[in-house]
Amino acid sequence: MRTLATYSIKGGVGKTSAAVNLGYLAARDGHRTLLWDLDPQGAATYLFRVRPKVKGGGKALVRGDRPLTEAIKATDFDSLDLLPADFTYRNLDLLLDRAKAPTRLLRPLLAPLAAEYDVVVLDCPPGITLLSESVLHAAGLLVVPVIPTPLAVRTLDQLIGFLADLDGRRPDLLAFLSMVDRRKALHREIVGRLSAGRSDVAATAIPALAAVEGMGARRAPLSATAPRGPAGRRYEALWREIDERTRGTTTPPARPGR
Amino acid sequence: MSDRAGELLLTEPAALDALPAALQAAFAAVASEPDRSVRRVWFDTFDRRLSRGAIQLEHRTGAGPAGYRLRSDTGERLNAPGRASAGPRLVDALPTAEIRDRLRPVVEMRALLPIATSTGVRRVLRLCNPDGKTVATVEVEETATPPAVPPRVTVAALRGYADEAELAVRALLATPGATPAVGTALDAVLAAGGPQPAYSSKVDVAQEPAMPASAALARVLLRLLDTLEANVDGVLADVDTEFLHDLRVSVRRTRSALKLAGGVLSPGLADRFGAEFRWLGDVTTPTRDLDVYLLGYDDMVAGLTAPVAELEPFRAFLSRRRAAEQRRLVRRLRSERFATLTGRWRAALSAETEPGGGTAAELAATVTSKAFRRVIRDGSAIVAESPAEELHDLRKRCKELRYLLEFFAALHEPAAHRRLVGELKTLQDCLGDFQDGEVQRDAVRRFAAELLVEHAAPAVTLLGMGELAAGQHHRQQTARAEFVRRFARFARPTNHRLVAELVGAGG
Repeated sequence: MRTLATYSIKGGVGKTSAAVNLGYLAARDGHRTLLWDLDPQGAATYLFRVRPKVKGGGKALVRGDRPLTEAIKATDFDSLDLLPADFTYRNLDLLLDRAKAPTRLLRPLLAPLAAEYDVVVLDCPPGITLLSESVLHAAGLLVVPVIPTPLAVRTLDQLIGFLADLDGRRPDLLAFLSMVDRRKALHREIVGRLSAGRSDVAATAIPALAAVEGMGARRAPLSATAPRGPAGRRYEALWREIDERTRGTTTPPARPGR
Repeated sequence: MSDRAGELLLTEPAALDALPAALQAAFAAVASEPDRSVRRVWFDTFDRRLSRGAIQLEHRTGAGPAGYRLRSDTGERLNAPGRASAGPRLVDALPTAEIRDRLRPVVEMRALLPIATSTGVRRVLRLCNPDGKTVATVEVEETATPPAVPPRVTVAALRGYADEAELAVRALLATPGATPAVGTALDAVLAAGGPQPAYSSKVDVAQEPAMPASAALARVLLRLLDTLEANVDGVLADVDTEFLHDLRVSVRRTRSALKLAGGVLSPGLADRFGAEFRWLGDVTTPTRDLDVYLLGYDDMVAGLTAPVAELEPFRAFLSRRRAAEQRRLVRRLRSERFATLTGRWRAALSAETEPGGGTAAELAATVTSKAFRRVIRDGSAIVAESPAEELHDLRKRCKELRYLLEFFAALHEPAAHRRLVGELKTLQDCLGDFQDGEVQRDAVRRFAAELLVEHAAPAVTLLGMGELAAGQHHRQQTARAEFVRRFARFARPTNHRLVAELVGAGG
């Protein structure tokens, strides 16, 4: 099972759009795929028209009271399932703080899903929190959207530094440039600089287009409704890069006792 | 991801038109996807191994990506995208390892043949909640060919929405003319095609203890002729190796029946046809022998110290030789002699109406007891120094006893019959290993000599074949050592009583 996490310290940078489209494209390629919406705002859940409610909420999740599989919902797309968000996830950090080894919570929860799914995409809330640390330990690849501004690039460097200091196994990281506006010289300059010669930055950039924002109105992945449009083609190319990078890799199982 | 929640048949034409309204009353919205043409071809082996294993293998084109779909009664679902080839195919020709691995132990050496085809139109209705989320799907399949297959409606439950799927099933069942489906789509397509000839190589004929022995035997022989003829086309087209195997078994059984019980038929009949069936058995032997080498080739070379690749010229030699023998066999099966044999044999058996040889029970008791006594007598005479021929002869006697038990199974108490056949089979397996070891060792040596003359193999191949011959010799030695134990077990007083019980029950 390949575990991807779309993650960013900053919010509003195209993280959920990436999670939804990458999840759709993985399923379209025949991989049994689960998208887990960990963000209490539940944007991915909304896009798939699923009710943002998980029995027992965040408390049951942290305590492991209920198997995750009970909460899974099919989306309208073949091979793509969703683990919906729940508004109580906003308190997850408080709950995690009281748990034993809070940053290692997610990996053992994901382990039983390997029998059912080939790809799991975690759509994470922004920020550096206990939950996001837990995601870093659980994911095989972090997919990080970066808006081409100096501050966002600085934040990416901060994240890379943070990962380097992380104890235990670290995920692979692939950043991609998001919400790129080719009319802006600064964007063009940063895209040129970051895309060249860095193995941790994808060759594909996602443009700032009305179509991407329009997903919220159509409530469906852009890759399903407009696969041949400019944004649809970019998500496709981004998925190809990620697919190649992660093919044959699996997230190692959690050590016993965790 | 979805699971089947219910399946219905629409037995009245009006039910089809009433479906959307029934669903609209229960759901916020019903979205219909465009009609798609669908063509389905189901596969099974000639002897229906998939059906007996509760497995269905289908190739579907038209609705979604073309590919094979495997479904079983235990809920297994395997999909393998790919195009279907027109003719029969062996398991190894299927597109994905998952499907091949699942089917190989069930299908073995048999080819998968198209057994039913349907074409029609498939429509998917998406049932939505007030958010526009699909919560269940309904698939309606209208079959154009074969005609008279009622439309089939399948409700799929989406994960996390089981209640909604149940609601859909209830709404549909309330529609006049909709009934829960009995059987699968394949069952319906097969039923529309009329009665299907069932094939089995078993000699399962109805017999009564008091019926004339000649009639009981003629019934067995006619059944064997049916089996023989059922396999001819498969042998001619070289569909798979099992057609020839079953044809040969019918010939051997026929010859044994004529030899051991043919006296109850019209005078001279057994001798006249016995000679012709011997000819038929002989002409099928070379191809079958080569089939056996090729089917067992991988196992045979698996334990060698020589690299498998070095034996490749030997395998190629076997394939070439087999192709040549198959061509020869086809000429013989298309000959006037073969057509005359089967035609006259059927006519002769159909004319066997005069009662002769006492009752069926008397015949069964006499020939079975005699065959059993011969096995015990010949087996008891075998000692460590006995020549191999004596074990080969004993193997033939065991086969004869086995065939007699099969011919008159209808007259036996089933549990006692099964026990005795089981006991006999254990002994036969050991004698089979002994003989195969010898025959294959001699064949490998003979083939090696021929390859040498033809300059068709390098020295390493011949060395590997030497190792093969040695392995077969070892196999024979092991079987010989095992024989003493197995025969002692078979000759126990329990089995004598079992035979007495079987033939007594018949009388």
